[in-house]
Amino acid sequence: MYIYLLSAPIWFSKLPILKDYLDPMVLDYLVWPLVQIGLLLFVVLTLIAYLTLAERKISAWIQVRIGPNRVGPQGLLQPLADGIKLLIKEDLIPLKADKGIFIVAPIIAMVAALVSLAVIPWGAAWATISNIDVGLLFILAVSSFGVLGIILGGWASNSKYALLGALRSAAQMVSYEVPMGLALIGALMFTKTLALQDMVINQENLHIWNVLFQPLGFLIYLISGIAETNRAPFDLPEAESELVAGYHTEYSGFRFSLFFIAEYASMLIISAIAVTVFLGGWYLPGLSYILIPGSTLFVLASIGVFAFKTLVLLYVFFWLRWSLPRYRYDQLMELAWKWMIPASLANILLTATILVIAKEFGLIESQGNFLSISTAGYIFLIGTAFIITVPLTWIILGQINARSRDFNLREVEPLPMNRAKKNS
Amino acid sequence: MIFFLQEQIPLPNPPISSAPPVQVNAILTDINPIVNYLPILLLLIIAISFPVVALNISSFLRRTVFDQAKLSAYECGNDPVGDARERYSVRYYIIAMLFLIFDVETVFLFPWAIIYDQLAIFGLIEIFIFIGILIVGYYYAWRKGALEWV
Repeated sequence: MYIYLLSAPIWFSKLPILKDYLDPMVLDYLVWPLVQIGLLLFVVLTLIAYLTLAERKISAWIQVRIGPNRVGPQGLLQPLADGIKLLIKEDLIPLKADKGIFIVAPIIAMVAALVSLAVIPWGAAWATISNIDVGLLFILAVSSFGVLGIILGGWASNSKYALLGALRSAAQMVSYEVPMGLALIGALMFTKTLALQDMVINQENLHIWNVLFQPLGFLIYLISGIAETNRAPFDLPEAESELVAGYHTEYSGFRFSLFFIAEYASMLIISAIAVTVFLGGWYLPGLSYILIPGSTLFVLASIGVFAFKTLVLLYVFFWLRWSLPRYRYDQLMELAWKWMIPASLANILLTATILVIAKEFGLIESQGNFLSISTAGYIFLIGTAFIITVPLTWIILGQINARSRDFNLREVEPLPMNRAKKNS
Repeated sequence: MIFFLQEQIPLPNPPISSAPPVQVNAILTDINPIVNYLPILLLLIIAISFPVVALNISSFLRRTVFDQAKLSAYECGNDPVGDARERYSVRYYIIAMLFLIFDVETVFLFPWAIIYDQLAIFGLIEIFIFIGILIVGYYYAWRKGALEWV
């Protein structure tokens, strides 16, 4: 039985002190992961700090402003100043708040977001911290804990805005978790594994990004991911114009910034999973011809590829925020339950049918842990995905939603009276 | 139950043993795969300690001047009226129940999707029945108005 073991890169195990005093087991499972975790947390937390600056800068450019430019050159030290400011701010806990839960809630939200980082394949070979067999399920399970932090925070605050924000947020995250999980299933049929590193390797073996097989799944995943992280245009939980700041209205100082870190970290994770499952992870066609696979330079290049793809998706998050107006809450729920879920179910069924047809015609073969697809198979699978799955799902959605209420302020004839009675 | 689990179901296409080598460091060994979770445990401990340490550091740096108005719940500057924990919309409960059904269904689909290409037509018929049953319930919920927010 093959077990994917962790191991430190050779240059690391040859460092003078480590070579003489540690046995390889401790080196591979304790020292090297600790180095990775330290590096990862440093990079991710710095990245999150700079994402806040990036968001302000991008919003400024979109609105033809300059953005923060006073602290440091081009405002580059702004995140540092913000961090120091948040550290030395007063730490208020409202008198009527439930003190214990109030303190624990932001910690839960942040820890849930950070722990998922462990299984994401940041690059080839040794650039991932742990490649467990149930990687994707692990991430889905742990990131669901984030809802807990938010709803506990809103409940413990004992403030009306916070409670409303928390309820909205919980309902929204719970609703969009379903289409998000269902959208991933289409891609799983092609990658045949839940371990995230193996998913990338399978895509490398097929020389393709899953997004070509699963354009609809990718679209559903992206929309659900944006809603899952409470970002605009789905940022109802913290709609400034109605709820002040939503679930973290009563939080101040560093506790507030913990929620902030959690939000940006979960954005990072959503993008990283989208890149891993649909956009080929660190796999870039042609990279293995330029560099020797497995060499240090190759791993560093693969990390670069992964980072680039993730940052592009993060930019999409910012771009959408400043381009689209906010949804109404009923529209938000309708989008989840009447559009996204039927679409993802249709995607699964159509993809399954297409796969079976391809298999019956001998276009694909299953070989152990991965598929092998002939050239005609690639053309068939990609063609049917774009020509059949997407339009057919669109027609189905249009049909089943033909009589539903005005989704996008579309004019419909008033409902007959007996229908309202039948529904109640 | 144990006998059922031990039974080997013959798959249409048995996996071919000569799979091409993968690039991760796959070593044939008898170490328990649970050790792969050790780094996750390490990250969990560090992730918990980070906010705790940061909050403690900030408690040395910050100044605290409390008064009654500052410690009351925010309600746009007015004195808070009553308790926040009043009744809220029953819709949230319905959403929670629907979520439970669909999420469990998603979990069932994951293992199916992974060996789908080996199940082939059997898997296809199975999933049409499975999702078909679900769609009946979904249609019922829709007709009952569970998905209407207003």
